[in-house]
This record gives sequence, C-alpha cells and structure tokens, in this order.
Amino acid sequence: MLLIPCPHCGPRIQEEFAYERSADSVVRLDDAPDVAMTALFSRANLRGEEAEIWVHAQGCGQWLRLTRDRMSHAIRSVEPL
Amino acid sequence: MRAGSGIDGEAMRFTFDGKAYWGVDGDTLAAALMANGVRLLARSFKYHRPRGIMAMGVEEPSALVTLGEGARAEPNVRASDVFLYPGLVATSQNAWPSLRHDVGAVNSLVSALIPAGFYYKTFFGPPSRWMIYERFIRRAAGLGRPPQGADPDRYGHRAAFCDVLVVGAGPAGLAAALRAVEAGRRVILVEQDALPGGSLLRENVTIDGVPGAKWAARAVGRIRAAGGRVLMRTTATGHWDDNFVTAVERRVEPGQTSRGLAQVLWKLRCGDVILASGALERPLVFADNDVPGIMLAGAARALALRYGVAPGRRAVIATSHDEAYRTAFALAGLGVEIVAILDSRVDPQGALVNAARARFPVLVDARPLRGLRRGVALAGIDAMVGTTRRRFVADCLAMSGGMSPVLHLHRQAGGALDYDAARGAFLPGAARQRQTTVGAAAGEHDLRAILDLSKIDDPLGPVAPAEPGPIWRGEAHGKAFVDFQNDVTTADLALAQREGYVSVEHTKRYTTLGMGTDQGKLGAMVALAQIADERGLPLPQAGLTMFRPPYTPVTLGAFAGPARGDHAAPIRRLPLAEAHDDLGALWVPAGAWMRPRAYLRPGESLGEASLREARMVRSLAGVVDVSSLAKFEIAGPDALAVVEAVCATPVARLGVGRGRYTVMLREDGMVMDDGTLWRLAEDRWLLTSSTGGAARMARHLSYVADILLARPRAAVINVSEHWAGLAFAGPRAAGLLAELTGQPVPAHMGLAQATIAGAPVRVLAASYSGERAFEVHVPAYRAAGVFAALVGAAQGVGGGVYGLDAMDHLRVEKGHVVIGAEADGRAIPADLGLGGMVRKSGGFVGWQALTRPALADCAERRQLVGVTSIDGAPIPEGAMLVVREGEEPVGHVTTSAPRVAGEGAIGLGLLVDGGARHGEALLAWSPTRKQCVSVQVGAPLFYDAEGARYRD
Repeated sequence: MLLIPCPHCGPRIQEEFAYERSADSVVRLDDAPDVAMTALFSRANLRGEEAEIWVHAQGCGQWLRLTRDRMSHAIRSVEPL
Repeated sequence: MRAGSGIDGEAMRFTFDGKAYWGVDGDTLAAALMANGVRLLARSFKYHRPRGIMAMGVEEPSALVTLGEGARAEPNVRASDVFLYPGLVATSQNAWPSLRHDVGAVNSLVSALIPAGFYYKTFFGPPSRWMIYERFIRRAAGLGRPPQGADPDRYGHRAAFCDVLVVGAGPAGLAAALRAVEAGRRVILVEQDALPGGSLLRENVTIDGVPGAKWAARAVGRIRAAGGRVLMRTTATGHWDDNFVTAVERRVEPGQTSRGLAQVLWKLRCGDVILASGALERPLVFADNDVPGIMLAGAARALALRYGVAPGRRAVIATSHDEAYRTAFALAGLGVEIVAILDSRVDPQGALVNAARARFPVLVDARPLRGLRRGVALAGIDAMVGTTRRRFVADCLAMSGGMSPVLHLHRQAGGALDYDAARGAFLPGAARQRQTTVGAAAGEHDLRAILDLSKIDDPLGPVAPAEPGPIWRGEAHGKAFVDFQNDVTTADLALAQREGYVSVEHTKRYTTLGMGTDQGKLGAMVALAQIADERGLPLPQAGLTMFRPPYTPVTLGAFAGPARGDHAAPIRRLPLAEAHDDLGALWVPAGAWMRPRAYLRPGESLGEASLREARMVRSLAGVVDVSSLAKFEIAGPDALAVVEAVCATPVARLGVGRGRYTVMLREDGMVMDDGTLWRLAEDRWLLTSSTGGAARMARHLSYVADILLARPRAAVINVSEHWAGLAFAGPRAAGLLAELTGQPVPAHMGLAQATIAGAPVRVLAASYSGERAFEVHVPAYRAAGVFAALVGAAQGVGGGVYGLDAMDHLRVEKGHVVIGAEADGRAIPADLGLGGMVRKSGGFVGWQALTRPALADCAERRQLVGVTSIDGAPIPEGAMLVVREGEEPVGHVTTSAPRVAGEGAIGLGLLVDGGARHGEALLAWSPTRKQCVSVQVGAPLFYDAEGARYRD
C-alpha cells in the first residue's frame, strides 16, 4: 500500500487514489488509428521507472503524474497535471 | 500441580471430541491435552496418518482442530495457537468415524498408488467427469469444515501510526522497543503470543535477577508506562510498501464468545519497522518422522518449562546442533528419563555439550532412521550410531535440525536474503524499506548480545552459534515427511525431480509442498536442501518460493471488518424515498441506489404489479423516479470540444433547446455508456448517463477535459444530486403536463423551463417507454411537491406511479439497450444497431478503434436482436441461444420481459450475425435452470415500429 505525496494534500494512502494508466498509453483524439492501437495494446513493461497518471479520486481530485519504479514501487516524483 | 513460566493455578474445564478435561489458565489447547495424556490430535491431510503435537507455536503443521460450535466454529486452528478459556470446545477434523479409528487411514495402505501428481495423472477428462471426481477427492482429503450460518462475531478495523513498529516481543523485540520508547519515539509493539518473552518462556534464564518471563512482563510494563502501545495476541500478517504493516489482533480466542470485537485488523503506517520475529526450528528427516510423540526439541522444552508438562516418560533427543541439548536438561528437570542424545555431528564441543555428557548418554555421529509406532503413539526409534544400527525404546523424540529465521515480513517488504553457510540458513540481506531485523530472526541467538545492558544468568551457559548439521540426509526408507500438513514426503520431492518438475516453483505445485495453511513454515528449508542435493546445486541456488502474506491465516471476517450486511457498501437513497415508501414501493438495489421496483397492490404478485404498471403507461399516464441517472453540466467557450470528445454521435449542429440520444465509447471502441445530450445554451450542455455508470462517467469526463484536452475553457460539473428526475409518460402525459405547467409542452426532443407546484422545473421531452414522455428535472430539495403534483395528475385519469420492472418491460418492447445488459462492455455501436448514429468524422474517444478490421466487419460479431417466445412461455434471462440443446451457443438472451401490448413473452439478445437471421427459430437454453424455450429471432422492436406514439 503506497504512500503517495499529493501536491495538495500531503502524503496519503494509496486507497484514496485511482491509477489511470501509464503516461505513454494516453491516446490523443487526433492520433492516427495505428498509433492509437499501438499505444493501447502493444505496450512495453520494462524494468525500471515509468511515468504514470493517477488521480486523487477520494481527495482533492487532482490529476497527477507519478514517476514510479516498476520493481521497487519507489515513487521518485509526483507533479500535478 | 504443574509449574511453568506461562501458567497460573486457575483450573479450567474444556472438551475435546466431546470428552471433558481440565487444564489451567495460560495453557494452550495443545499443552492442556498433553498434560491430560492426549497424544493423538489429528489425522493428516492425505494419508489420514495419526498426528500429535509437532510444534508449540503458529508453525504447527498437523495438530489442527475446530474450535467452537455452530456458526462460531473456527476450523483449522492450530492446537498450539489457542489459549484455554472456560468451556472451550474443540473437535478433531478429517477423521471418520473417530480420530482413533479413522476409515480414511486406508489411504496410508494404498499410498504407493497415490504419489504426488496422482490427481493430475489419474483424473483427466472432460469437465463433466471432473465434477464427479471432485466430490470424492474433496471428501477424502481435507481440513476442517467451514462453519454454517452467518458469523456471529464482530470485527473492527483500526488505523494507527508510529515512529517505530516492533514485531515480536521476545528478548530482541523487547530490547528494541525499550530503546525506542526511552528515546522518545512513538512505539507500537505487536506479539502474536498471549505472553511476552518469546524464547524466554521456554528457557531457564534469569535477567536482572528475575526469571526471564517476569523480566519480559516488566519490560512490557515499562514500554507502556513510557507511552508505547503493546498489542498482545496480535500477528503482523503483511508488510507492504512504504512501511505499511497489517496486523490482526485476537481479542478473544477462536470459538470464544465475545461481547465486543472478536478481532481487530490494524493498519499500521510506520516510520521504522524492527522485525524481531524469531526463528523456527527445523524437523529432521527420517522414516515415519510424524508419529505422535515426535516433536521439535523447542516444543518439548516449551511444554516442560512454560507449561510444566512432561512430553513423555522416556525421551530421545536428536539434533544437529547445540540448542536441543537444553531440552534434555528441561525434560530431566521434570523427571523424564533421557534415553540418549543423538548428535549428528562427529565431534561436538562446548560447555553445554560437556555438561550434557556428564548427565546423559550423548551419542555422536548419530541420527534417527525410523520412528516406531505402537497403536497411534511412539514406541521407540531405530537410529544409526556411527555405523551401527540401534533401537531405543522411548515415547518421546525431541528433534532439531537447526533454526530458520522468520523472514516472511522482511521478504514481503522487498528485502533481500543472504545465505549464511556457517549457520546453514538464510539471513536477512539488504532491506528495501526502513526496516531492520534483529535477534534470532537475524541469526543471533546469544542472549548476551541481544540484551546488551542486562545481567543474564543462564545456568547452561551461552549457546554456541548453531553449527549446522546436515539439513537433510537422503537415507530415509518409508515415509519421511518434509511438509507435514500436506503429507509431502522426500519420495514425492524426488519423484517431482524425476518427472521434470525441477524448479522449486514447479516442485511446489506438483507436490503441494508448502501450500497448506501453514505455508510450509516447518519444512521449507529441509525440502530446499533435498531439491538442491538432487540437482547437485548449492542450496541457495535451488531457489526459494515467494513469502506471501498473510503470515498466518486470517479470518475473512477480519478483512471485512464492519463492512458487512447493511454496511457492506454505502446505500444511496433517492430524495423521494419517503414518498415512494408512502406509495408502498418494493425496493431493489440498483448499483449503490435503492430504487422502487414496483408498487404492489394487496394480493398482487411482483409480476402482476409490474405488468399492470407498464400497461397503465401504454394506455394512460405514469410517473417513474429517474433521479439516480447521472447528470453533468458542461459549460464554457470550449464546452463543445468536451462534448464532441465524449459523445460518439454528431453534436455540433444540435440547436439550443434541443436534445438527442448519444453513446459514449471506451478507447477500444466498446460502448461505455449512453444517455441524452441537451443544449441548454450556445455554450452550455446537459449530459445524462446511466445510474450504474455515474462514477465512471464522472472520471471519464474529468480525464477527457484535464488530460486529453489539456484544460479547455470549460467547466464540467456533476449535477446528478442537484436534480431529481421524474419521467412522466403515456398518451395522457402531454395534456396533463400542459395543465400542470400552464404552458405548451415542448416538442419531442425539445426542452422548456416551467413551474410545477411553485417549483422551477426543466422539462425534457424524451421517451424511453415508447410513449410520448417527459423527463421533469427539479432541484432535489423541491422534488416532493412536483412528484405529488405529477402523481396526482396521473392518478386523476386512472394512472399512477410505476417502478423499474415496468420501465424495463416497456423499454424491451421498444428495443432500447441498457448499459450492463445489452451494452455489456463487448459491444460496439454497430452491434447494438447504433452504427448509423456514429459520427463519421471521428474525433471522439474510441473512433480509432472502430476502424480496426475486426470491428469494422461486423458479420462475425454478436448483434442485437429481438426474440419472441413461440409458445408464449417466459424466456429465461441469460439463457444461451442455441440451434440444438447441447450445442455451442451462437448468442445469449440479455433481457426478457412479458409483452405489455398483447400477450406472450419477448426478449432481447445478442446473436452472431443477428442482423441477418431474423425469422430463424432458436432455443433459449439454460441448463443450470433446466429451462429451454423455443424462440423466433426478429428485429429488436416489438411495438410501434414507426414511432408514431412518442412523436408529436
């Protein structure tokens, strides 16, 4: 159970947050179909850090960009989106 | 009169398998039964072998019993992990007709025929055959039975924070907690035992001039006095990210009646975690090492010193290291004859060994070969001493194959393990979180090193660092158990290796090694040593299986906590709930909401009431509460961009004051939700969507606005709870509404502002029932007057209120889809007959996916159809659509309903290539309900195909 430092609310339990997706799987409305499908269905899951989108759903509602280690779960940075 | 560090004199009566016994306060059930001479406690899982006490803690693999009776019964409780209380009722498991004469023991005779993997090899075939096998397998091999009826106990959840959490109140844990609390830190100390002291309870040591157990009790007092919190009978079961530790506190013993909470699940967020979880003793591997009377040396010592119980009259000690020698002294102190100490080492040295040699026959290079059984108890052992085989008559064998530090929490928290060849054990390596491991859990067994400030008086002297004997020696003939709970033997492990299940993970699954409720706490290292040996690898390279939480089994009720019954989930009530109650509403849960299902008249069944209500709407007028529908207002210069991104239908040309039906897609092209979109003003929109999808739609809108459109100049406000919604439908609705509002009603799919009963309302002319209908939106706090006016008007012409079932009957007849039924997350708009509505220019969420060939070519997909019961019998909802019974389904029935206009039964379904199969006859087949109804496939529209009734 992660402790996520919300920029507004301070450190809060993971239960308050909702994971949206990895930052590289955001499909823009004007992305071409092949680009969009690759982003959705052909994703890498590499060892190391990844950027993720979370939202403080049960808190302030802020969308967040987390940089998190896939192995250790260590959160390196949290910034509002 | 018994004397021990953990008992006082108060006698207590308890029963085991119906027979009454006496124990004393502080006894575990295991200790009390041993004190009463009861050696046989259980039958083993697979072979039904007689089993007694093996260990004296939570690691006990075999002595599992059921505590309590009826709904409060708790199965699979370790007899060594329940403390006596007056009136305790314990029952043995997995034995029939009795523990002593167990018919299942015949399994032991045919055991050569049921090796590891037996079930995989023997019981293969189609699933239907498995269902028969399973019944017998489950009956033959098993643990306790789950209690019947609702759990009468109450469970709580508590959250707490601390600077330092100490797990384990043995000497190392107490010392660490004292240091931390005296340094002014907030400390929580958890201990799974009922008494503090850990190993001190089974040792004859004096600390600061008092016995170890008393020193431990005083230490707890000092910690509490300094502001620390000590939770006894509390097991840290999981160590998660960011030093989040879950712990389960037993406030009453298993099966015991409680006035307050039976258990509390603690959620602890900790600055630092100090793991003082101790070490578990390993068994020795030899044939029939499970006969009642054979136990771990530490367990025998605990019986003697903590509970004052002699585990037998004549005992043999078998060990590979020094610590078990202490058991010889402890048992001798109770008058037990020490027949021999068998030490597997060739030349053991040290003060303890020398002291033992002066009193007991110590035989070196000696090890047990086989346990000998008479009846269900140990009669002696065959041993190898040097190169000679010798037989010893004994009723107790205390064995020790070394100590394994308890590293579960350390591993769960991401810590590394280091193999220490000198100790023959894994020790905690680098930690990933702020966590340290101390004491025996870190391989440190010297009290002097652990309690650096205390004066220790240990008559037996310090134990030399465990010089490991062989963890396993491959000479057992006969059943030599490594996992006592799951009856896994050395032969099973060898078989797994021979058959190619080489990796430890494969061995585990093939043999069920370590998959019992004890998770293999006892024998894991022994098994690893054998696997490593057979593979010719050094032990650490043989690999380790995962240490998964929970450390000990947790009652499901503890996880649920207070969230059960009416508190399982929050219940949302409509603003008009009281008014519906006054009208006699029958409530039904719809997502988190309670909604009126129907309004029953005296003597009416639910089906009759729903059909009456639906026909009332078709012929007169009816009111239904649709307040729980999600409603969003989207306003601002960029509002159109938000709406266009979310809605898959054309929206830009919608006029002010007009609305239309719309669908919203997921990114994979599947329909996520549907609703209506209304243009309130040039840059202000109202979007409605389904009740159940409200939270998902709110998140989706937020994602689209904040992430995809990067902060458009538009606000998205969830106004679901601001507005109550009342649908007013039927051929008389328009006239009645005009009278109520004193103004003309809006045209179909138009909207108007009006006043009803003094309250401002918004009238949206949309039809879900197929009749001319209006959704009246009113501020929720003013809904009562408007509802009363609408219901009164309807009743004035013979109409009235209708519920969810009637609404469903009406919409099925019109072929309207429902999110979750027809739009089940696997349907694109074209599957639902909505393909023509989709915006050709794209630019909405999911448009890219719709261009995929698999979705663009719809013939192979399940498409929405209507089904009509040929003989009028009701169509089973959820039934498969098949050509012939027993064949693969070609579709399924999503919703069924009686015909409102006319008689008979109809339904909607999803059918492969359904659009091209109108007129075909199929079977709606539900084998689970043993129903089969002939249906005819047709268009998903059963009433008023031209739409004449809802248009102006």
